[in-house]
Amino acid sequence: MNKMNKIVKKIKISDKIFKMTVEAPLIAEERKAGQFIILSLDNDIAERIPLTIAGADIQSETIDIIFQIAGKTTKVLAQLEEGDYIANIVGPLGQPTEIKNYGHAVCVCGGIGGAPMLPIAQALKEAGNKVTVILGARSKELIVLENELRQYADEFILCTDDGSAGRKALVTEPLLELCKSADNAPDMVMTIGPPLMMKYSAETTRPFKIKTYASLNTIMIDGTGMCGGCRVTVGGENKFVCVDGPEFDAHLVDFDNMTKRLNSFKDRERQVDHHCNLDQEIAYLRSIQKDTSN
Amino acid sequence: MNKIHEDSKVTEELITKLNSLHAKERMQIPVQEMPMQDPVERRSNIKEVALGFSEKQAIIEANRCLQCKNAPCVKACPVNIKIPDFIKKITEQKYSEAVDVIKETNVLPAICGRVCPQETQCQSGCVVGKSLKDINKAVGIGRLERFVADYDRKREQEKNNKVNLNEVSTSSKTTKKVAVIGSGPASIVVAADVRKAGHEVTVFEAFHRLGGVLLYGIPEFRLPKEIVEYEIENLRKLGVKFQTNFVFGKTRTLKALMEKDGFDAVFIGIGAGLPNFLNIPGENYVGVFSANEYLTRANLMKGYNQEQAHTPMYNAKKIAILGGGNVAMDAARTAVRLGAEEVYLIYRRSMDEMPARAEEVEHAIEEGVIFKTLCNAKQIIGNDDQCVTGIECLKYELGEEDNSGRRRPVAIKNSEFTLDIDSVIIAIGNSSNPLIKQTTPELELNERGNILVKENQETSVKNVFAGGDIVRGAATVILAMGEGRKAAAAINKALK
Ligand SMILES: Cc1cc2nc3c(=O)[nH]c(=O)nc-3n(C[C@H](O)[C@H](O)[C@H](O)COP(=O)(O)OP(=O)(O)OC[C@H]3O[C@@H](n4cnc5c(N)ncnc54)[C@H](O)[C@@H]3O)c2cc1C
Ligand code: SF4
Ligand code: FES
Repeated sequence: MNKMNKIVKKIKISDKIFKMTVEAPLIAEERKAGQFIILSLDNDIAERIPLTIAGADIQSETIDIIFQIAGKTTKVLAQLEEGDYIANIVGPLGQPTEIKNYGHAVCVCGGIGGAPMLPIAQALKEAGNKVTVILGARSKELIVLENELRQYADEFILCTDDGSAGRKALVTEPLLELCKSADNAPDMVMTIGPPLMMKYSAETTRPFKIKTYASLNTIMIDGTGMCGGCRVTVGGENKFVCVDGPEFDAHLVDFDNMTKRLNSFKDRERQVDHHCNLDQEIAYLRSIQKDTSN
Repeated sequence: MNKIHEDSKVTEELITKLNSLHAKERMQIPVQEMPMQDPVERRSNIKEVALGFSEKQAIIEANRCLQCKNAPCVKACPVNIKIPDFIKKITEQKYSEAVDVIKETNVLPAICGRVCPQETQCQSGCVVGKSLKDINKAVGIGRLERFVADYDRKREQEKNNKVNLNEVSTSSKTTKKVAVIGSGPASIVVAADVRKAGHEVTVFEAFHRLGGVLLYGIPEFRLPKEIVEYEIENLRKLGVKFQTNFVFGKTRTLKALMEKDGFDAVFIGIGAGLPNFLNIPGENYVGVFSANEYLTRANLMKGYNQEQAHTPMYNAKKIAILGGGNVAMDAARTAVRLGAEEVYLIYRRSMDEMPARAEEVEHAIEEGVIFKTLCNAKQIIGNDDQCVTGIECLKYELGEEDNSGRRRPVAIKNSEFTLDIDSVIIAIGNSSNPLIKQTTPELELNERGNILVKENQETSVKNVFAGGDIVRGAATVILAMGEGRKAAAAINKALK
């Protein structure tokens, strides 16, 4: 267990999106589709951020994470290279997705939401579902993980807002068509992506009473139910995403409140972004790697 | 402010004959006041507020003790420290021996000397306080405990700076392995006691740093983290192993630890977890935090240093804290230090019922926290962006006594009033850690989700023990330690 959290592979998926394969034997062994980790880049002043486990390999004792550069931590993380270590990774956290043969499972994802969807689509496929993946992006350059998701999809629908690839449509359009179809209606819908997309996916399936889940990615600190920072309102009740979720009945989630809470620290983040000195940060991280690798 | 100066004449005279005083004379020795950081100054720093006795003060204070035969203080101490004995050693200036006496029953005196509610424990029974009809005039047992512990630590640190951790022997005298889950006070005690019996001990902690609530809950200005780190370092020197970033039940189950990884016994000390909310409208607005989150951001994630820390603190100028315990005081006083201009503490009962340590309440008042007692939040008010803009409260009065013997607060009809604020911190207690129920169904729990244990701290599963807040619900450091002691003894017995 000594050699933990070493980055063994790093792939740049797009301008701002990276995939890393990281040594994490215990997590690789225990993790199930739908679960996530929390990572931080040092033991002192770093923040803790949740990331979904996008895949795992028990043999090589590794997990995959896919992330988009958004804030301070992901920006620095993207600068780490193969052979570097991530100071802290804890997991697997959260409840696994309820995987069973629903019949026709439709996976609706947008933006970086394709990453957490990967292991779920895979597990749904392996459980015998007919899997339809609807993948949306603003434009062609922002499409990620298309090929990876295609592997598990019986039917694959690509949409872009500007029509630069696939259909010129929002993901909710093909979703609505499926819901209305007589012989191809979903038995279950899973939606992962920007809060607005999840909200409208839920509104699309609501009239049809199709079981719909959304996987939520809130602000988190501990991931064990201790802080309540991850709480969301679901069906009028307080739920903790880290221990009760991350998946909830999308028809019951208060997406508006969740979106507002996600932006709690926006002003401050912009400020940090401005100040941060990447080179110094990386040099510092490398210098402490010896301490954190055992 | 310092009594030692005020009464210097009396004191100098007494000091010359301290060893030959009668009880009556001893009772005339002035109470030694704790030197403090200035209230105005400390509002803007996180350094420790209470600075600790000087050696001279300690000797004088120790001489106030009457060395009672039936020592009611010992009975009132949850772990029955031999209080007159250690105080006697102080009068003889044998500080290391004084610490040894305390450590027979309390391995973390520097911590307990700072955070124990002495006024409801040892000092509540003190004969001096009783005779002088003022609990504030009881012998300052906690302050003396802190004095000798600090003295001892500084000496050890000077000595130990030369010890190379790589040379610490990690080999064990027995072949038995014990897993200790969590790294709060209960776990620290178990790790030390079990390791000393020769077993291999690994501490598994969910966070990236060790110490439990001592680290992420109780703020620096009340308990310097250096002290917690020193205690952890002592465990390392004993050969205890640590694995951080490990969530019991998730990273590994109880079964896997015992069957696959070969642990012969497990101690579960994972604390209280789950913060309670009030279930009032507006509680999920932007700017509403549990005290756990607020304090963790500020302490563990170093949010008090916004220049450097990556974890943001919510930008608020007027903050309302709900609750009246230690956690509420810590949150309020942290808010002061983080630059809030108005900090309100809203509590349902009156000052007299407040469960926080008297000292913390006093310090909070000195630092400018505004106490709104006998009122409670009815709803949190927000703007279109769902950001907090105010809190509507109801006034209360005290009615009949309830089961706990405290007078029940009753809302006064139509007494609503509103405070303009931009953040709310909820500090109304914790419920049991939800992960246990989810991941470890083989453990029997009570209806509140706390782990059920036998007299010796053993759970419903053989060789699995538990103690501290996960058993008692949110309690105190000393009670957690006491349970750790019992559990360690039982583990050592079971592994014989
Ligand atoms: C803000 C605050 C102020 C307080 N002030 C005082 C005071 O002045 N005096 C006093 O006596 N008491 C005080 N208390 C109470 C006191 O801190 C607790 O009673 C005591 O720390 C409990 O000790 P413990 O060992 O049971 O657990 P904790 O100290 O709670 O430690 C539990 C540890 O277990 C870890 N953990 C949780 N789940 C898992 C898991 N699944 N796997 C691995 N690790 C896990 C946690 O991260 C934590 O580190 C205060 C509490 C708080 C929150
Ligand atoms: S009760 Fe007070 S005076 Fe008596 S032994 Fe204890 S501390 Fe000393
Ligand atoms: S992240 Fe702290 S309770 Fe969920």
